[in-house]
Amino acid sequence: MIPEIGHFALILALGVAAVQGVLPLIGTARGIPGWVATAVPAARAQLLLLLVAFGALTYSFVVSDFSVAYVAHNSNTEQPLVYRISAVWGAHEGSLLLWALLLALWTVGVSLFRRGLPDELVARVAATCGLVSIGFLLFMLLTSNPFDRLIPVPTQGRELNPLLQDPGLALHPPMLYMGYVGLVVPFAFAVAALMEGRVDAAWVRWSRPWTLVAWVFLTLGIALGSWWSYYELGWGGWWFWDPVENASLMPWLVATGLLHSLAVTEKRGAFKAWTVLLAIFGFSLSLLGTFLVRSGVLVSVHAFASDPARGVFILIFLAAVVGSSLLLYAWRAPAVAGGGSFELMSRETLLLLNNVVLVAASASILLGTLYPLFMDALGLGKISVGPPYFNSVFVPLALPLVLLLGLGPLVRWKEDSASALARALWPTAAAAVALGTALVVLLGGGTVVGVILSTVLAVWVLLTAGAGLARRLRKRGGLAGLFGLPRAYLGMVVAHLGVAVLTLGIAVSSTYSKERDVNMGVGESAKVGNHDFRFEGVTRLPGPNYLATQGTVRVTREGREVATLHPEKRQYASQSHSMTEAAIHSRLTRDIYVALGEAAQGDAWSLRIYNKPFIQWIWWGSVLMALGGLLAATDRRYRLLAEAARQPGAGGPSRLALAGKR
Amino acid sequence: MGRYVALGLFLILLIFLGYGLTLNPREVPSPLIGKPAPAFRLPTVADPAKSMGTDDFAGKVTLLNVWASWCVSCRQEHPLLVELARKGSVQVYGLNYKDTRQDARRWLASFGDPYVASAFDEDGRVGIEWGVYGVPETFVIDRKGVIRHKLTGPVTPENWAKTLQPLIQRLQTAD
Amino acid sequence: MKRTLPALLLLSFSLVAIAAGVEPRAFDRPEQEARYRALIAELRCLVCQNQNLAESDAELARDLRDQTYEMIRAGRSDDEIVEFMVGRYGDFVLYRPPVTVTTALLWFGPAVLVTLGAVLALLYVRRRAGRTTGATLSEDEEKKARALLSGKAVDP
Repeated sequence: MIPEIGHFALILALGVAAVQGVLPLIGTARGIPGWVATAVPAARAQLLLLLVAFGALTYSFVVSDFSVAYVAHNSNTEQPLVYRISAVWGAHEGSLLLWALLLALWTVGVSLFRRGLPDELVARVAATCGLVSIGFLLFMLLTSNPFDRLIPVPTQGRELNPLLQDPGLALHPPMLYMGYVGLVVPFAFAVAALMEGRVDAAWVRWSRPWTLVAWVFLTLGIALGSWWSYYELGWGGWWFWDPVENASLMPWLVATGLLHSLAVTEKRGAFKAWTVLLAIFGFSLSLLGTFLVRSGVLVSVHAFASDPARGVFILIFLAAVVGSSLLLYAWRAPAVAGGGSFELMSRETLLLLNNVVLVAASASILLGTLYPLFMDALGLGKISVGPPYFNSVFVPLALPLVLLLGLGPLVRWKEDSASALARALWPTAAAAVALGTALVVLLGGGTVVGVILSTVLAVWVLLTAGAGLARRLRKRGGLAGLFGLPRAYLGMVVAHLGVAVLTLGIAVSSTYSKERDVNMGVGESAKVGNHDFRFEGVTRLPGPNYLATQGTVRVTREGREVATLHPEKRQYASQSHSMTEAAIHSRLTRDIYVALGEAAQGDAWSLRIYNKPFIQWIWWGSVLMALGGLLAATDRRYRLLAEAARQPGAGGPSRLALAGKR
Repeated sequence: MGRYVALGLFLILLIFLGYGLTLNPREVPSPLIGKPAPAFRLPTVADPAKSMGTDDFAGKVTLLNVWASWCVSCRQEHPLLVELARKGSVQVYGLNYKDTRQDARRWLASFGDPYVASAFDEDGRVGIEWGVYGVPETFVIDRKGVIRHKLTGPVTPENWAKTLQPLIQRLQTAD
Repeated sequence: MKRTLPALLLLSFSLVAIAAGVEPRAFDRPEQEARYRALIAELRCLVCQNQNLAESDAELARDLRDQTYEMIRAGRSDDEIVEFMVGRYGDFVLYRPPVTVTTALLWFGPAVLVTLGAVLALLYVRRRAGRTTGATLSEDEEKKARALLSGKAVDP
């Protein structure tokens, strides 16, 4: 009964989405206020219905109702409750439901925190979201219904992939989807702007905080996924350039570009058409990612089970959404073009270059991801494009970007003097080179160009951010002025520092990591880096739905106790392979990582040991970036908009952040 | 003009993606097609004292079928191979891949033995030489000992009728 | 009675990952070990979803790791090993596709793209430069923004 309610709620939601997608658009075009007014109630009704559907599916998981095929495929009674719940979005059908739910949530978010948004704009935004929602709901109902029944009913279900039974991965999809789906808001704003034929400062101030919040979620979602693969997959890697990862990085890069181009459009009124186009690209890439991961056209580690019917459906959906919005752009772009002018040496130019690099990076990843498909389709043979390609293409694009990133905030809007800048900045540049090189020598030396360059650039960002901050603080009378600085500015500084931290983490960990595979009998030791690892044997431990073999490894450094680590191998009843659970000891400047391999002769086991310096900086850097985004999203001027509007339900800074979190 | 660029590129992308749906990204063509079959000589499954190798194919069009007792799809194609051998349409040799002799013999005893002989490739080294990556695989070798075709996955009545049989007939009649 | 659900094998989320290839191997020189690791990281496991030889637990990946190891011990060069693999499995085994006519777009596309983008951007900037008039927003926009900020916003 409950699953039928869920199914019925989905069907109703589709009907409501149709209303939400069509009536307000006709209303705004024909000037029928009654039709315009349907947008917000329809969005709310849709959210309610999708909550019912989501609740019904969650309930089916909690009570282990195996008559629902999706539940039977992804859960069993032995699975801990928390993973029965996270299994709701652990596979294809349920994750689509989560998509649709979050889409409705964002739409209602816009209507709640509308901060003086004119009714017509709200209506257009909600309608655009409604049209997208129609696609997702139809997709679910026609090809991927999570409520499909299974007859005969099995007495026990299969299991959620044990790799996914992990707190990191329980949280990763909702975060990531919040980001993917959140990009629908700038997209909808862009579509609305094209319909209206106007992009003005007010429009930017409305869409900018939404873009920031979506970007924050996307950043955290990607970071969480990478962190998960680092500690769960047992290979010590944190980024594999798999199509599924590329599918998240591409919209992230474009969204990052969009944030910067929005800044120019807000401050200087320039790049209007370009900003609108980027907003369309961002969401289009999230949809494209969905297609790539779920259609089976590419081979990916994390690919969802594919089915040609699904592929065809998403392709049509993609063509409809992206095609129509690009067509709208081609038709209406001249109406929104124009804006303030600036000189060659100006912050605008640097931000434009930032956009060029970010979009080129995103396009290169798309090229690499799809190239095997192009080759195959043209009958030119099968090739693989993997990490060696992406690294050699992405790094040379990313490093100049970091250089620009340090410089940009110090250059004036509109016009600056190149010679004055050079005079003011050469000491900073020299200091960056000196300090960065010194740091590399300290870390282990070697003449690896990549690591020296990256470290120097990371220090460069640090110093320039400091210089910019100092310059601002001098004007405000010292350190006390720190809290008086606009949050948008602080946010930028924090996010840029995050990039520096991330760059350092990537460069140092990939250059100076040490790795060893060893066979160790009980009582034997091995040395990796400057740590000694003593193997003390294995014990068997039962888990809730698996049997673990747990090793004990005592780590010492120059005779001093550092840690006792317990790497595990878990044999899940439902799986033929065993899963590894690496043991990691993290410090600010290094991780020690031990994974248990196979039993060798006698009481010996094979172990993989890593020493990875600065690796945690990768995720701390990402967290800083997200924090910076959050700070910027809660800037005073967006609150002013809200207070100005005095709409019931509009609120202060924390409310804005909540709009994303709920 | 510039504003149409994005739309144009997207349409091209759509065409590729649509075409991509009809392709199988997991099928890897063999670079050995058109090249002489990698020579090998291995003991047979039936008798460790006897051996079998590429020399034995000499002069005849041959199917080399890579199989194993642990391979599920091998069972699916096996009756067809037995039938082909019975009718004498083509000579079929086997390459028993990463198996144990005992299991392999038992398997042949219960499902029939279509092979003139099966080479026993215990450690899969010959498999690597032949670029084997999934069992079953079937190679078509012409009279001069050149690999003409490789089928990954089971031989089915469909692909036999559509691809293998016409090819084999052509190779058998060619000089 | 426990039912088996064979169809599910096809439907499952196909994330197959296990710590693979924890294989202590002895090398004569550390340089050989570095080469071994680099090679198995760049060669693709053909039967896997999308994994290199180092990451895969598949039987074939194990065999090909052995093959790589033995060839390195036998003093074969990286090029010889790659050639060996490509000769048997095709370019598909390489995660670093060779630069050929057909992959030119792949390898040079990004550089062309970013150069073209930068040139177009700078041309655009030069076209706009020198007409600095001072007005950032149109008068209309300025008024609207100010109205918004002062609280008399948009009351329809």
